[in-house]
Amino acid sequence: MPIILDKVSHIYEADTAMAVTALNNVSLVIPDGQFIGLIGHTGSGKSTLVQHLNGLLKATSGSIYFNGEDIDAEDFDKKRLRSKVGLVFQYPEYQLFEADVFSDVCFGPKNLGLTKKEVELRAYEALKLAGIEDEYFYQSPFDLSGGQKRRVAIAGVLAMKPDVLILDEPTAGLDPRGRDEILEQISKLKKETGITIMLVSHSMDDIAKYVDRIIVMNKGSVMLDDKPTEVFKQYERLEEVGLAAPQVTYIMKALHDRGYDVRIDINTIDEAKKEIMSYFAKLSAAKRGR
Amino acid sequence: MGIIKVKDLIFEYIRRDEEGNVEGITTAVDDVNLDISQGDFVSILGHNGSGKSTLAKHLNAILYPTEGTVWVDGKDTKNDEYLWDIRQTAGMVFQNPDNQIIGQVVEEDVGFGPENMGVPTKEIWERVEESLKAVGMYEFRKHSPNKLSGGQKQRVSIAGVIAMHPKCIILDEPTAMLDPKGRKEVIRAVRALNDVEKITVILITHYMEEVIYSDKVYVMDKGKIALQGTPREIFSQVERLRELRLDVPQVTLLAHELRQEGFPIAEGILTKEEFAEAIDRCADMI
Amino acid sequence: MLRDITLGQYYQTDSIIHRLDPRVKLVATIAFILSLFIFDGVAEYVIAALFLIIMIKLSKVPFKFMVKGMKAIVFLLAITIVFNLLLTPGEPVFTVWKLSITKEGIRLAAFLTIRLSFLVIGSSIMTLTTTPNQLTDGMESLMRPLKKIKVPVHEIAMMMSIALRFIPILMEETDKIMKAQMARGADFESGNFIKKAKSLIPLLVPLIISAFRRANDLAMAMEARCYRGGEHRTRMKPLCYKKRDFAAYAVILLYLAAGLMADRLVKMVVVLL
Repeated sequence: MPIILDKVSHIYEADTAMAVTALNNVSLVIPDGQFIGLIGHTGSGKSTLVQHLNGLLKATSGSIYFNGEDIDAEDFDKKRLRSKVGLVFQYPEYQLFEADVFSDVCFGPKNLGLTKKEVELRAYEALKLAGIEDEYFYQSPFDLSGGQKRRVAIAGVLAMKPDVLILDEPTAGLDPRGRDEILEQISKLKKETGITIMLVSHSMDDIAKYVDRIIVMNKGSVMLDDKPTEVFKQYERLEEVGLAAPQVTYIMKALHDRGYDVRIDINTIDEAKKEIMSYFAKLSAAKRGR
Repeated sequence: MGIIKVKDLIFEYIRRDEEGNVEGITTAVDDVNLDISQGDFVSILGHNGSGKSTLAKHLNAILYPTEGTVWVDGKDTKNDEYLWDIRQTAGMVFQNPDNQIIGQVVEEDVGFGPENMGVPTKEIWERVEESLKAVGMYEFRKHSPNKLSGGQKQRVSIAGVIAMHPKCIILDEPTAMLDPKGRKEVIRAVRALNDVEKITVILITHYMEEVIYSDKVYVMDKGKIALQGTPREIFSQVERLRELRLDVPQVTLLAHELRQEGFPIAEGILTKEEFAEAIDRCADMI
Repeated sequence: MLRDITLGQYYQTDSIIHRLDPRVKLVATIAFILSLFIFDGVAEYVIAALFLIIMIKLSKVPFKFMVKGMKAIVFLLAITIVFNLLLTPGEPVFTVWKLSITKEGIRLAAFLTIRLSFLVIGSSIMTLTTTPNQLTDGMESLMRPLKKIKVPVHEIAMMMSIALRFIPILMEETDKIMKAQMARGADFESGNFIKKAKSLIPLLVPLIISAFRRANDLAMAMEARCYRGGEHRTRMKPLCYKKRDFAAYAVILLYLAAGLMADRLVKMVVVLL
């Protein structure tokens, strides 16, 4: 179910002296099944943007269409929209409240008015998709480790069976392994379910490996919207707004500047390794040929 | 003896179930020894739950050893008499920027420590001014902390500690909740304190890029010190770090991966310049 | 949503009232409130009104900010007026069915309205011209004598100031948790009272847990910065009286004296004329 944003602006505390324009004329199309990275530094408007996608914030001007329907229309069912566009906030584990993991995940589907059996089935599936083992189901969520708590919170949103899943900084505060595990889980989830996923992040290194489209926000506007390689090619523009290409891109650039004929549109360690190896293979073949 | 010395430190706490019955004992810090010299920049790495924060809390007498001893500037932390001296000597900055600012105005927050120490009013103002200048927050002195960014809040917290004129500052994951920009701001401020003011720094973190400049790195796992050495020595052990739920800077990882493929590149490459030089040598050898 | 609520309604500007020592403003406000309950006559209230108008002018705070505070008590005021009008015995002015409005009732209702609105406006002047911090400092200083009877004056002031610091943070957090639960289909608006109360659990549990975590963190941070209660503490911004503060005390005394002698003043004026 595609989402279309047409010239959406959002102004906090409009009509007062403290008015802040958080979104400025944003137009975007989010088709089915994409894996999107939404990047921008704090205050660039990315959190405001995602809260529009499931109707938690209302655009000051412009329209948002979900599956062709205007979400601000009188008769539009916002509750259904929220079940279809799942939003996982930053530090989602701080919203857990039930006595055990399973009941907490049941909260979402229960609000949808499903039967008890359906609710439990969905909770079970969601916990599995989030990578939580059965042995934790009846533990208190507060006894789990940071990474596990976060998975439970993500499961809580997955249990709504959304068509679009938005995760706001899902790796914030986790240690390196915890970060990789969550990202791998999300990538696996994408492969298994095929739903649209939008990953909000500050870190290019984190998302370069996974997404197939990157939207860069700056000062409430969309600055770049393209394939990762195309976005990272413009690393100078990214730097101007306090962002950066992945570190690997800079390493390849350093080699290129030293006269090595290697590609610089590279964003992951694996690609870099292959590129350097093939460069050396060519180099030694040339020397042997001489 | 260095500014901070830890000998055979063990810290245990009793886990209880919901009814309050003893379930077992968790050893959060297990036989740790440290000796930190005045003026050093020391980093403690470790995954979440490795015991690094528990260790940090011993260094300014928030927690006391179950066994073993911690000396701060030669004073045993178990001795109540020295409690306030120790907390003044070894200042502490915590993870959550919102939960450690007490004042409603930046300058008042920085003045909080000196007020508690009984510093005369005139001197408090001098200390607040120099501390805020040291972290580059002087122009924000009249602001409400609620209006600042995460990185700015953490710099205010650091200023609040420096205003107490400590010899040593312990930062317990000061950047964990910040964005990359805030992280850079904080690390830059901390490095300046170490370089310019010669304050001993103990930085606890799980961000690898932040420890590259330290004099010494300790890596913790299951309450024990699993690795120690210079950053280069530590980052030479890519596989071991992965076992410890950590990673290495991207450039170190790329060099390591190429080495695995047979490239004659040394372990422990830390910067892209070093990497390029290593590639130069590889090219020469063909 | 909740973030729109602004607490601590301090109005930033520079006026003689803003610059007064918070202790003066606290004492003045208390004196003014007391005067409203002692005063009992038209002449007295004219003096109170004059005093109030002069203070509003001096404070340079737009009048509409003062009236804002009135909104909160409109309901209370309405009830008071109705009860006093209808239930005060005395000489009836006109009667409908069994209820009669009396002369005494009208008089009482009028006085109560004036008292309550003057009270609200008077205390608004204090809160609008004094930062929450200055207020707690002022209270701590004024209540210091109570220490002798073991009232934890410093602790109370510290608690108030911490509460003021954390209210905006917890407000924002409430907003965030609410949104997060709404993203999971929670509904905080519809349903009857019991259903509404029940729907608050997913909001309140995380909020309370978070508040405790913050309290714990803050206590640790305060201890790490050598906080050990009010003993041995020095002040960065100690309160000290200036000449204008003594002048202000004199003005308050003059006002009280004028109010208490209002009747005699009126007579004097009449005699003189």
